[in-house]
Amino acid sequence: MATRRPDDPHAVLTVDHLTMRFGGLTAVDDLSFQARRAEITALIGPNGAGKTTVFNCITGFYRPSEGMLTLRHADGAAHLLERLPNHAVNRRARVARTFQNIRLFSGMTVLENLMVAQHAPLMRASGYTLLGLLGLPGYRRAEAEAVAKASAWLERIDLLRRADDPAGDLPYGDQRRLEIARAMCTGPELLCLDEPAAGLNPRESADLARLLRHIRDEHATSVLLIEHDMAVVMEISDHVVVLDYGKKIADGPPRDIREDPKVIAAYLGVEDEEVAKVDAEVGLTIPVAEEARP
Amino acid sequence: MAAATSPAAILKDAGLFALVALGLCIPIVSHRTDLGSDGLALTPRWGLVAGLCAAVFCVRLVQRLLLERRAARALVTPSPHQATEPVGAEPNAGQRLPRLGLPLFVGFALFLPLIAALASGGLSPARYWIDLGILILTYVMLGWGLNIVVGLAGLLDLGYVAFYAVGAYSYALLSTVFGLSFWVCLPLAGLFAGLWGVMLGFPVLRLRGDYLAIVTLAFGEIIRLVLINWSDVTGGSAGISSIPRATFFGVPFKAGPDGFSTLFGLPFDPMHRIVFLYYLILALALVTSLVTLRLRRLPIGRAWEALREDEIACRSLGIDTTKTKLTAFALGAMFGGFAGSFFAVRQGFVSPESFNFLESAIILAIVVLGGMGSQLGVAVAAVAMVGGPELLRNLGFLKGVFGEGFDPNEFRLLLFGLAMVAMMIWRPRGLISDRMPTVALGQRKAIGKDLVREGHG
Amino acid sequence: MDVFVQQLINGLTLGSIYGLIAIGYTMVFGIIGMVNFAHGDVFMVSTFIALISFLVLTALGISSVALAFLAVLVITMALTALWGFSVERIAYRPLRGSFRLAPLISAIGVSIFLSNFVQVAQGARNKALPSMLDGGLTLFERDGYAVTLSYKQILIMAVTSVLLLGFWYLVQRTPFGRAQRACEQDRKMAALLGIDVDRTISLTFVLGAVLAAVAGLLYLLYYGVVSFSDGFVPGVKAFTAAVLGGIGSLPGAVIGGLIIGLIETFWSAYFSIEYKDVAAFSILAIVLIFMPSGLLGRAEVEKV
Repeated sequence: MATRRPDDPHAVLTVDHLTMRFGGLTAVDDLSFQARRAEITALIGPNGAGKTTVFNCITGFYRPSEGMLTLRHADGAAHLLERLPNHAVNRRARVARTFQNIRLFSGMTVLENLMVAQHAPLMRASGYTLLGLLGLPGYRRAEAEAVAKASAWLERIDLLRRADDPAGDLPYGDQRRLEIARAMCTGPELLCLDEPAAGLNPRESADLARLLRHIRDEHATSVLLIEHDMAVVMEISDHVVVLDYGKKIADGPPRDIREDPKVIAAYLGVEDEEVAKVDAEVGLTIPVAEEARP
Repeated sequence: MAAATSPAAILKDAGLFALVALGLCIPIVSHRTDLGSDGLALTPRWGLVAGLCAAVFCVRLVQRLLLERRAARALVTPSPHQATEPVGAEPNAGQRLPRLGLPLFVGFALFLPLIAALASGGLSPARYWIDLGILILTYVMLGWGLNIVVGLAGLLDLGYVAFYAVGAYSYALLSTVFGLSFWVCLPLAGLFAGLWGVMLGFPVLRLRGDYLAIVTLAFGEIIRLVLINWSDVTGGSAGISSIPRATFFGVPFKAGPDGFSTLFGLPFDPMHRIVFLYYLILALALVTSLVTLRLRRLPIGRAWEALREDEIACRSLGIDTTKTKLTAFALGAMFGGFAGSFFAVRQGFVSPESFNFLESAIILAIVVLGGMGSQLGVAVAAVAMVGGPELLRNLGFLKGVFGEGFDPNEFRLLLFGLAMVAMMIWRPRGLISDRMPTVALGQRKAIGKDLVREGHG
Repeated sequence: MDVFVQQLINGLTLGSIYGLIAIGYTMVFGIIGMVNFAHGDVFMVSTFIALISFLVLTALGISSVALAFLAVLVITMALTALWGFSVERIAYRPLRGSFRLAPLISAIGVSIFLSNFVQVAQGARNKALPSMLDGGLTLFERDGYAVTLSYKQILIMAVTSVLLLGFWYLVQRTPFGRAQRACEQDRKMAALLGIDVDRTISLTFVLGAVLAAVAGLLYLLYYGVVSFSDGFVPGVKAFTAAVLGGIGSLPGAVIGGLIIGLIETFWSAYFSIEYKDVAAFSILAIVLIFMPSGLLGRAEVEKV
């Protein structure tokens, strides 16, 4: 495993000594890792390992107690995420995310969800509302383009025929894909997915893997994902970071992680000999009970 | 659910209600206190208490019997919740109405003075109806303005009347002190109210839900109390009077050579001004509505609704939620300011008493009862909430029933409060709670109320 | 100094009344997460119940002040509890689990109804109680300024303390208190564990009303004058106290009440009496904006 230096030109996201404390609890403890450009990086670990906290720090929902989060764009521009206000993490640093318990605008249509994601360019086109209020053609053109972009994504995730249905009416798997498409409509450099395969059936998981590969290869968007479904992680990720109790315990290509005794111990909490047996039984898939959405 | 409750049980239930009513009547209804020669004197009114309890008994009995019948019917017809296959979702009348409703409402409003004049045989006898129309339209406009804040952006504002007050006092002060005309003051009043909206909105918009409601209520009350106590500028409780009347774009409504009637070759009639005021508020209300409808289809409007649905998701999509909330707050405030300056020019007099908490409550109730976000719903709710109590004034025949001392007007607010409770229980999501999408690839389909969220801030 | 001590006494007296009302707000908010907007008006209703009960007892010829006070206390508590119960049953329970704004609007409706109900039934004029329990202890006197602790003030503080102790016991040590705290944490789970949630909520409203009734009686004794519009401003002040103390926290409500009482009296004494309500509303806004979790409340962490 090659050690990467912080100035690695291939890194899109560099996490340096990230620490997050809530009162007396240290949820993330001195975590450093990198996510490379045009790769899928997975962040795994048992429940409560601090994965979602890392995500919330990266996407600006939490201000880290310590540490530095650098996002480097393809053109070389660097953004210090921990210094940006919440919404600017998306708008300026171009980091998009999805949520563990899906956060769609359920009372808005599928298409509207994707239009809201294109807020910033549409605001500019509407002259910050003033020109749009007058109904100038410039805005109408921009809106048509936004609809076209949304339609293209809907086609990709196979939801075009449901474009005018409320997002809250979609089945669970479709909602997950729609949330990813919505994040992609913001044109991100880095896409952060919080358990995208949770609650999906095997076929939907396979679709998801295809979608993520498409995002990586065709849109030059790097992906950082939290996932419990090891089959998905091992199949699609280029790089895996393992957390346990807020600390990094392993970091490397999926092949190495799979055999890392520390990881196996952290996940199963058993002696090494037993691991092989359990492995065979569960086919390396660690099922995790998802809490039901309220 | 039990198929049928025995009549004895129903009677017992109604009896229990009457008993509770009896308890509630003691001693506030049962003994009236009057200022006598030596302190307060008591007048027992047990007859009234008995009457009230009997009324409660009967109402509960009828309600239970009706519920019983409905339950019996529900047993025969399967409920859609039990359906294993999708139930055909034909749009019912309630869903189709909104498309035709708004044009119908506007059409009726346009011809109301004419209809009223024809029906009552002349402009002057129609004054009552036109005045009522002006009153209702003022609340329609306030409702549409607040609808931007509460209905679209999902921000609970219980101090909306503050902006109404700012608008009214802006016009009153600008016109009496600086002698500016209504048409100059109107945009200024809107601007001031909008600025106040930004100023008050900035610190409070981090708060959510009920807390936001209470803070806005506090601000509303602070503004009213300052208006009362800062007498040097605002005239205190006495308010500001002799505010210049509205003119027809500079031409005053008066008899004489340079008046409105002479200019248009009409015989002088004081009703011209009233009709003009009617169309002025109608125009202002329509502008509010059109701007709102337009804004909904612009990115800012979509961001408001998205904010109502899920603020956290909005932030993850790069939407600056503070600015977005502020624009909603400021725009709502601006329309409140316009309405306020109209109020001042119509009354010719403003005082802090017109801007108490009750007004805010009425406006919010109109928006919520109308169905948040629905333009037609708000208009219908305004007619019901403002026009309904007005009907009480005409219930003179009740004097025959309850005796000469009976004044139905006394019960206006009492019934208003009761109606607010009853309407929330009957339709907690308002009259029209479906939401129409703002953009569609194919056909726009109304979105059911169960999916539309109400916002948390 | 003398004025200061006097105002301190006055402020604590007023504050204990606010604290009693504030508990009603804080308990209801704790258990169903709604601002019971009508609570101030329930308090106002109780002042009228107390007033008329006094008059009726006087008419019946009960002359012992202590006996009359106890009788009125019991009557007012019972009848106000009935109001609290009915309001919850009719205006709030059907809306439980409904649209979030509905209970708030309904509560505003109840508030408007109650104040106008009393106005219609009793007239719009202020009602004065014949003065009773006059006099007091002179604590010390200097330069002609006597710092006094009136009997009324002693009574108010004593009743408040005793009641709060009893109430504290009720919430902390009885099955009802346990059920109530369980519902506060998680209503659904409490129901699954066999707690009658509806009954617990009902009782919470009743308890809030009982405390408001005590506050109403004390308020009547202290000021001697009541009016149908007396619910709104004391209600807002008590709500401010509840928020200041940390909404959901019972000791917080009492502490908040005392602080608000002190601020109000000192503001009136040293600054301007006209702007005392402005001060109350401003404190409400400032507290909500800068310390929404209050003194003893739990800070809310945004769930992402």
